[in-house]
Amino acid sequence: MVERPLLDVSDVTLQYKTRDHLVTATYRVGFQVFTADRYVVLGPSGCGKSTLLKAAGGYMSPTQGEIRLKGEVIHRPGPDRMMVFQEFDQLLPWKTVRENVMFPMLVGGKIPAPKAAARASAYIDKVGLTQCSEQYPHTLSGGMKQRVAIARAMAMEPDILLMDEPFAALDALTRRKMQDELLELWDEIRFTMIFVTHSIAEAIKVGSRILLLSPHPGQVKAELNSVPRTGAAPDAARLLEDRIHEMLFAEPVEAQLARA
Amino acid sequence: MPAAIGERPERLATTVDASKFAIAAKPLSTLETITNNTALRKLAILIVLALVWEIYGRYVNNQLLVPTFSATVRAFVAAVVSGELPLRVWVSIKILLVGYGAGVAIAAVLTAFATTTRIGSDLLETLTAMFNPLPAIALLPLALIWFGLTPLSLSFVLIHSVLWPVALNTHSGFVSVSPTLRMVGKNYGLRGLRYVAMILIPAAFPSILTGLKIGWAFAWRTLIAAELVFGVQSGGGGLGWFIINNKNILDIPNVFAALLTVIIIGLFVENVIFRTIETRTIRRWGMATT
Repeated sequence: MVERPLLDVSDVTLQYKTRDHLVTATYRVGFQVFTADRYVVLGPSGCGKSTLLKAAGGYMSPTQGEIRLKGEVIHRPGPDRMMVFQEFDQLLPWKTVRENVMFPMLVGGKIPAPKAAARASAYIDKVGLTQCSEQYPHTLSGGMKQRVAIARAMAMEPDILLMDEPFAALDALTRRKMQDELLELWDEIRFTMIFVTHSIAEAIKVGSRILLLSPHPGQVKAELNSVPRTGAAPDAARLLEDRIHEMLFAEPVEAQLARA
Repeated sequence: MPAAIGERPERLATTVDASKFAIAAKPLSTLETITNNTALRKLAILIVLALVWEIYGRYVNNQLLVPTFSATVRAFVAAVVSGELPLRVWVSIKILLVGYGAGVAIAAVLTAFATTTRIGSDLLETLTAMFNPLPAIALLPLALIWFGLTPLSLSFVLIHSVLWPVALNTHSGFVSVSPTLRMVGKNYGLRGLRYVAMILIPAAFPSILTGLKIGWAFAWRTLIAAELVFGVQSGGGGLGWFIINNKNILDIPNVFAALLTVIIIGLFVENVIFRTIETRTIRRWGMATT
C-alpha cells in the first residue's frame, strides 16, 4: 500500500512516574492507522493501552520513538484529535447538551457560531438526542452522556477520534446498543478512530483491525484483521475470539503472577 | 411434589401498555399543600415569636430593657422614614463592598499564584493555616494605629476576614477538578487564562461559591463589630455606630430596630442573593453537594 498513514506510531516507549516508581507502560510499540480505519487497541488491564492513547492525544511524550499525525510529530493536545473518555464526568456540567457539543467548535474560533450551531444540531440528531439538547448532563443516563461525548467529538470533524474504553462503564445491554450505533455512524460518516478496549468481543465487533498488546509493559503481540461485518462465516467471530484469547492468555497464570 | 427443575415449563407473558393504567398523578389536599410549604411554616414560627416578644415586652413594661415588638417596629419605621437608618446602612454597605471586593481580588491573585506554582501553593496553605483562625476583629487595634480613624482601617479588617476563606476554598476547588475535565479542556486546545476561565473556574464553582458565602458571613459580622469599636472613637459611621450611639442616648427601641436591620440585611444576602446565584448555577447544573 502506497497510501500515507494518517497516524504513524513508530517504536514508542512510554514511561510515567508514580509516587515511588518509574513505570514503563509500553515498550517499542509501532503501528499505523489509515483513513477510515476502525483501529482497536486490545489488551488486558495494565498493558499500557490507555497510556498509548494519551500519548496519541498529546498528553505525554514518548521516551523513545515518535507519534506522527499526517506527518507532523504530536507535541500537545489539540482538537484535531478529539478524545472520548470512559468517565461520565467528561461533559461540562455547566453547559447543556447543545452547548457541550458547540463549545469545542467555538473555542477553536475557526467555526462561526451559526455554523457551529447547525453542526451541533446535526450531530446531536445523529446520536438521537435532539429531544434532550437543552438539558444539562446531570439529567442524562450514562449511555446518553457517552452519546453526547461522541457527538461532541464527531462534530469537530477531527482527523482522528481517540476513544478510551468509551462503553466500559455502561451496562451490558446499553453497551451492545452503543456498539451498533457507533458502527451505523461509521457507515454514514466513515470517520477514523482508535478504540481502546479490554473486551475481545467488543474489539471484534467494533474494529476493522486489531492490535494485541501484551501486559506489563505493553508490547505488540499481533496485528489482526477483524471479521468482515457482512459475508463472514457464521462462526468466524467466535473462532477469532478463541484465537485472540489464546494469544493473550497463552502464558499460564502462574508465570504472569510471578512477573507482576 | 414440586416438579424437578428441568421439567419446569417456560413462561411467556404479554405486558399491559402504559396508557392503560388507571392511576394518574393525584394532587394533594389543600391542607397538605400548605403544611408542606417550608416558607409558610417558618413564617408561622416568626409570627409566634413576635407575639411572645410583644407579650413579654408588655409584661416587663420597661422600654430601657425590653422594648415591645410594636415599639421596635415603630422605631424602625420612624428611622427609615427620617432617612437616618438608610443612610447608616448605606455607609456600612459601601465600606463592606470595598473590603469584600478587595479581599476577593487579592484572593484571586493569591490563588492564581498557588495554582501555577508549587511554592505558591505551599505559601497559600501556610498563610491560610496561620491567619484563618485569627478573628479579623482582633486586628482592629493594630489597624487603628496603622491607618487611624479612616475607612481604610475598616477595609483592612474586612479584607482579612474575606481573603482567607475565599482563597482557601477557591484553591481547594481548583485542586479537586477531575482529571478527566482537565484533559477535556486541554483537548480543546485551551491553555493559560482561557483554560482557567472556561474550565477551572466553572468546574470549581461550588467551592468558590462556598468561599464567597463564608467570606460574606465573616465580613458582615466583622464589620458590625468593628463599627461598634470604631464608632465610639470616631463620632460617625454606619450601622454599628448607630447602635452604640443610640445605646448611649438610651434610645433602646432604636437599638433594637438597628439589630433588626442587621438581621434583615444578613438574611437578604444569604437567603436571597446567594440562594438565587446557587439555584441559577450549581443547582441547575447538578453540581450542588448538599
